[in-house]
Amino acid sequence: MHEQEKTPLAQAADPDLAASPYAVEMRDICKAWPGVVANDHVNLRVRQGEIHALVGENGAGKTTLMNILYGLVRPDSGEIFVNGERVHIGGPRDAIRLHIGMVHQHFMLIPPLTVAENIVLGQEPGGPMAAYDRRRARELVLQLSARYGLPIDPDARIEKLSVGLQQRVEILKALYRAADILILDEPTGVLTPQETYELFDVLRVLSRQGKTIIFITHKLREVLDLTDRVTVLRRGRNVGELVTRETNQTEIARLMVGREVLLRVEKRSARPGPVVLRVENLHARSDRGLEALQGIGFEVHAGEILGIAGVEGNGQSELVEVLTGMRRATAGRMTITHTSGEQAGKTYDITGMSPREVRLVGVAHIPEDRRGSGLVLSDTIENNAILGRERWPRFAWARFILRLREIAQWARRLVGEFDVRTPSTRLPVRALSGGNQQKVIVAREFAADPQLLIAAQPTRGVDIGAIEFIHRRLVEQRDAGKAILLVSAELDEIRSLSDRIAVMYEGRIVDIVTPEASEEELGLLMTGGRPSEASREEQAQATGDS
Amino acid sequence: MFWPIFLRVITSGDLWQASLQFAALLLLPALGGVISERSGVVNIAMEGMMLIGCYVGVAVTLASHSVLVGVLAAIIAGGLLALVHGVVSIHLKADQIISGIAINVAALGLTNYLNIVQTGGQGIPSLAFNLRLPVLSWGPLAQLPFLGQVLFQQNVVFYLAIVILLGLQFLLFRTNLGLRIRAVGEHPQAADTAGIPVRLIRYACVVASGLLSGLAGAFLALGVAGTFNPNMTAGRGFIALAAVVFGKYTPLGAAGACLIFGLGLALSVRLQDTGIDSNLLATLPYILTIIALIGLVGRTVAPAADGVPYEPGSAE
Ligand SMILES: Nc1ncnc2c1ncn2[C@@H]1O[C@H](COP(=O)(O)OP(=O)(O)OP(=O)(O)O)[C@@H](O)[C@H]1O
Ligand SMILES: [Mg+2]
Repeated sequence: MHEQEKTPLAQAADPDLAASPYAVEMRDICKAWPGVVANDHVNLRVRQGEIHALVGENGAGKTTLMNILYGLVRPDSGEIFVNGERVHIGGPRDAIRLHIGMVHQHFMLIPPLTVAENIVLGQEPGGPMAAYDRRRARELVLQLSARYGLPIDPDARIEKLSVGLQQRVEILKALYRAADILILDEPTGVLTPQETYELFDVLRVLSRQGKTIIFITHKLREVLDLTDRVTVLRRGRNVGELVTRETNQTEIARLMVGREVLLRVEKRSARPGPVVLRVENLHARSDRGLEALQGIGFEVHAGEILGIAGVEGNGQSELVEVLTGMRRATAGRMTITHTSGEQAGKTYDITGMSPREVRLVGVAHIPEDRRGSGLVLSDTIENNAILGRERWPRFAWARFILRLREIAQWARRLVGEFDVRTPSTRLPVRALSGGNQQKVIVAREFAADPQLLIAAQPTRGVDIGAIEFIHRRLVEQRDAGKAILLVSAELDEIRSLSDRIAVMYEGRIVDIVTPEASEEELGLLMTGGRPSEASREEQAQATGDS
Repeated sequence: MFWPIFLRVITSGDLWQASLQFAALLLLPALGGVISERSGVVNIAMEGMMLIGCYVGVAVTLASHSVLVGVLAAIIAGGLLALVHGVVSIHLKADQIISGIAINVAALGLTNYLNIVQTGGQGIPSLAFNLRLPVLSWGPLAQLPFLGQVLFQQNVVFYLAIVILLGLQFLLFRTNLGLRIRAVGEHPQAADTAGIPVRLIRYACVVASGLLSGLAGAFLALGVAGTFNPNMTAGRGFIALAAVVFGKYTPLGAAGACLIFGLGLALSVRLQDTGIDSNLLATLPYILTIIALIGLVGRTVAPAADGVPYEPGSAE
């Protein structure tokens, strides 16, 4: 379908292509936020019918650029052409009129409303003054869903749907508005691998039907798998426009970051010490009252990374919540044993402790829901940098009066060390890009010098440079003798970092294997397949070693 | 001594007629509260908007010798005051509670001041009956025992309030516009990206709450009291606010709450014969309010974006 793109030079020679204008052309777009230039004379050219990747580090200005195209943000200067015509996009209504649709990084769905209501919202059959025609809305949604092969229950409430289905609703919403140009801002960030495959199939079908797709991601493999061309941004500027088939991960990564990036983690083999975290027969219920954990038991040693793999929703989130005191265990026991510092050798029973108490006995936690439980979005970076440690003598006199200068210094140090892109530590965290918000949490938790570090989806939404950085730091922490529990939906991440991998399925740990276990084997375990003999042996070995 | 009087009171048509009238007085500002909060703007200034409605209604009626003109003026005055609240909270994104308090205080001061200036401190005399909002008598229906008195001999605004109640319930939950209003109150970003004019809808809803409160003021001054007294709303706007929450932000729910509070108000008047201290009785509706709020409401969930100004195009 995109034969003409074999080489960039061939483009000019192709008469068809010369005649057909770009679906989207953005020229010299500038947008400055207070203290940051998010877009600095950015150009973007997207051909009709192609899948175009937009990549760049956290804070490179991708979302800003797309928000400008969708009319949510007004550019300071620059021009936009849609299908060759100069357009003014003053708001989402203009964008919709131009057949531009956007699936946002954080979904724009209204949880208590139904799927159909969300989809037709703003363009309901009959117009604003008419009575809401539920049956017609259903019909329209079902038609649309059949036409694009995106099955959905129109009467389900959004709040009851999985993230993958919610995303499907978002796509249907755009298609309902007759979008020909579809923007997807980090659509795979929250999806399970299976959901990602499904999404890619959908996008390929849409592209074959002539839709133009702009796809933002941090995962270079996805860029190579899915897209036709790539635009790379760095710190608000264009640094490359590539044809996907003629490039590779290393080149894209180098353009994005401005230096060579190690796409593989380098680490020595672990030298595990004594047990730090011991979990015995843990039971807990989910929010819906179901048995989320059904007798979990495992140990994490000092100086090792234990990875928890599993399809999302098999109890991983609940396990982390119970360990950090955010959810009550209905049965079982958890203990933390200090292996270094003043209290070396001391054991604490953390069952039933509050989150604050758990922190005090040496547990640091990078939560999976950074916006919900990791940060106070409206508060400054400074205050977020000491969140949970605000009573430390270092930050407060008599545990009570904050030492503002110390805190500011501390925050500046973390921001520098972890390369959080921001003009000031006094800004609210909300003003940071998604990946930079994540870095604030990671910085804070690493700096806490814990005995046990629980990292849940630590690299979700962060760029490859930052992933490399976080991975390196995790290994460093391990080598410094900390116990690390890593929970991640990214199998690659689990396999490259972990020293042992515990696979969770339906609230149980079905097996603990070594990272050498093949992807197929892990996949089988994750879907409830029986543990193989080989992995049993490995497990015996692994536990025998420690 | 207590029980016989209580029984007599509770079975009298007078009590229920008064209850319904008081309920309707609360219902109008409560409906205003429902529509405003559903769109995501907290409005605690119904009290002030009502009071302005009382004053303007009486003043304009006296000046124009037409109760209709007076009522329209009261409605518009309430709407204008609400527009101020809209500008402050939607455009300037100021704190909506503070704005509401300011409007309540300002309305109280302003009406007192104008009242004194205009009448030289004498106060406004009782209005002639042709300058009051009339009671509507439904012919033979009005003759029915008990029910006739309770349901078919009410002020014309009472019936208007019921029409508005049903209309608003339909609008919010059965029409496309209602869907949009709820969307704006739940998730303004989502509504915006769906192409809905968030600010316009919020303005319209806030102004609507002012119009309804102004009408309630006219009802109170021109229909019930027949005059203007300083601070004559006496906290009704606040009870209406409680009714909004109690009624789970739905018109029908709020109406149910208003009925309870209306009964409380009416009882506090009628039970004075029982010998219970009248000051104590006067607290009855308010105690009911507090009990309702802490005991029965429990699981009320406000619209998710209620009170949060909309900021388009933030980082995420
Ligand atoms: N509403 C805002 N106010 C202030 N600064 C902002 C705002 N939105 C974005 N920024 C800043 O603009 C820059 C670009 O942000 P943007 O969200 O476009 O990055 P991004 O490329 O999408 O990053 P990520 O991959 O982390 O999502 C960042 O430095 C961010 O802090
Ligand atoms: Mg982004």
